[in-house]
Amino acid sequence: MNQPPARSHPSADRPSPHFGSRAVSARRGGVHRTSLRRGRWLGYLFILPALAFYLLFVIRPILLTFQYSMYDWNGVTKATWVGFNNYLKVFADPTLYGPVLNAFELIIFFSFIPIVLGLVTAATVRRIAESRLAGLARTIVFIPQVIPLVAAGIIWSWLLASNGLVNQLLSAIGLGGITKAWLGDFGTALPAVGMIGAWVQLGLCTLLLLAGMSKIDASLYEAARLDGAGPLREFFSITLPSLRQEIVVCVTVTVIAALSSFDIIYISTQGGPGNATLVPGLQIFYLAFSENRVGLASALAVTLMVLVLAVVLPIQLLTKEEKA
Amino acid sequence: MITSKRENLVGRILLILLMLWTLMPFVSLFVTALHKSGSYPAGVEWPADPQWGNFALAFQSAQMGALVWSSLQIVLGVVPVSLVIATMAGYAIGHLRVPGHRLLLLLFVFGLTLPFEGIITPLYYQIRDFGLLNTRWAIILPLIGLFMPFSVYWMRAHFVNMPAELSEAAQVDGANRWQVFWRVHVPLARPALSSLGILLFLWTWNQFLLTVVLVNDPLKRTAAGALGAFQGQWGTDIPLLCAGALLIMTPTLLVFFIFQRQFVAALLQGSMKG
Repeated sequence: MNQPPARSHPSADRPSPHFGSRAVSARRGGVHRTSLRRGRWLGYLFILPALAFYLLFVIRPILLTFQYSMYDWNGVTKATWVGFNNYLKVFADPTLYGPVLNAFELIIFFSFIPIVLGLVTAATVRRIAESRLAGLARTIVFIPQVIPLVAAGIIWSWLLASNGLVNQLLSAIGLGGITKAWLGDFGTALPAVGMIGAWVQLGLCTLLLLAGMSKIDASLYEAARLDGAGPLREFFSITLPSLRQEIVVCVTVTVIAALSSFDIIYISTQGGPGNATLVPGLQIFYLAFSENRVGLASALAVTLMVLVLAVVLPIQLLTKEEKA
Repeated sequence: MITSKRENLVGRILLILLMLWTLMPFVSLFVTALHKSGSYPAGVEWPADPQWGNFALAFQSAQMGALVWSSLQIVLGVVPVSLVIATMAGYAIGHLRVPGHRLLLLLFVFGLTLPFEGIITPLYYQIRDFGLLNTRWAIILPLIGLFMPFSVYWMRAHFVNMPAELSEAAQVDGANRWQVFWRVHVPLARPALSSLGILLFLWTWNQFLLTVVLVNDPLKRTAAGALGAFQGQWGTDIPLLCAGALLIMTPTLLVFFIFQRQFVAALLQGSMKG
């Protein structure tokens, strides 16, 4: 999505030459007589398998989700048409729009914190990016991206438990008074789940931003130093503006992860306590497969899909305009 | 370049903190796994009597052998097919530029941001009607479809930069269209293909939602799905759960450490393009 628009090759749009005449050694001589039209037809044949899988397992279900969302259906008996009623419920019922608000709150933890911390880290580390220590760090900080989110959920459920590492550390620095079961407390469950997301995303953001910084011309920094700019000035007038594209990528990836989160929360809190950490993905799962309210689940699903597009598209268009 | 020693020192400290922040959870997990099964240890506390047997116990309870084999079968079902058909489609859209290639690309790009939860409900009924519930096909077939937006987009980005002269020269030399594709373009696409292969392997191995909804039997799931089932079964026995979680993560971590360079490159490129 962040690719520059395709540079069309000068000769790319020329019809391919008729090349049958020179073919001598071919086993299947017929193919070499391929006319232009036949070649085109062959091109579609190349796309067909990918398109078939995509239409059958993505586009068809998307259309069906729209269709289901217009019905009251328990998955078994006959469905009744209810029009947009399910959507009205989504916007009126706090157990349905609540998860959406929770997902937006998660953006603070999945996106904002990793990107800000990643920027600070990358800017500080930039000069020693080629050192052996940085090479080691590059591998280490990627581990959370490689393990399944389910594993991250299990690990952090333990760390955040009442006798887990987090409370142990807090007690060690004299903050024993605020220890609690972080995932079980109404006030802290959502931020605690968010911290898991921050742990997963921080490494990726840091490395993406660091890679972006390595592309900045070093002479810019030297000039700034000669002008007497400190690290802070340097950061705001050189580093930050040059990283526009990398930041957009980080925002896009992490915002999608926040809005469509499922694995971490399913494992660590199941949406609880109460509905404190319920997110749309999990609520869709419960509605469709435990409560048999397929229509309502589908209306929430459509809302989620539209929401993700509505948040991501403007961010993407912003960079496209910049380039044009 | 003008640098100050003090800034470099701060950088080093920050790097070490970052690594600690990443690794401490694993240390806690490992140490806890060595405590007596069923006990409630503190976050990080070396046990008086390390229970190395917990790993063997978890290995048996989780049926690790069968589980890794199942995940492997799913990966083998998803990744090669996805690579081949995405390469073909990316080639036709990016290089052959069939009429309507822009529209086709847009159709695929539309699926790039799709949250899987958005379509999981109809997918369940569709897979049920195909009679595939609780089989590995229930994960394999939809995943191939769900990976197409990214994969086709990724391969197109490679092929769009391939000069048309390349194909023309090969055709003049007597290669037919399939040979031009298979003998000339596919070998040149190796770097793009191997990165994509790594990403698809990882996303398949770690896929959770589809396995939870479509497959009940943990031994027919992906590694992530099996881990979820293991937590459901042993959630109250913290040392054993920690041992199991570590075991189930080990194959991915091994593969990651062996191919770390390629992994990091693939993941960074992957997010830049996606």
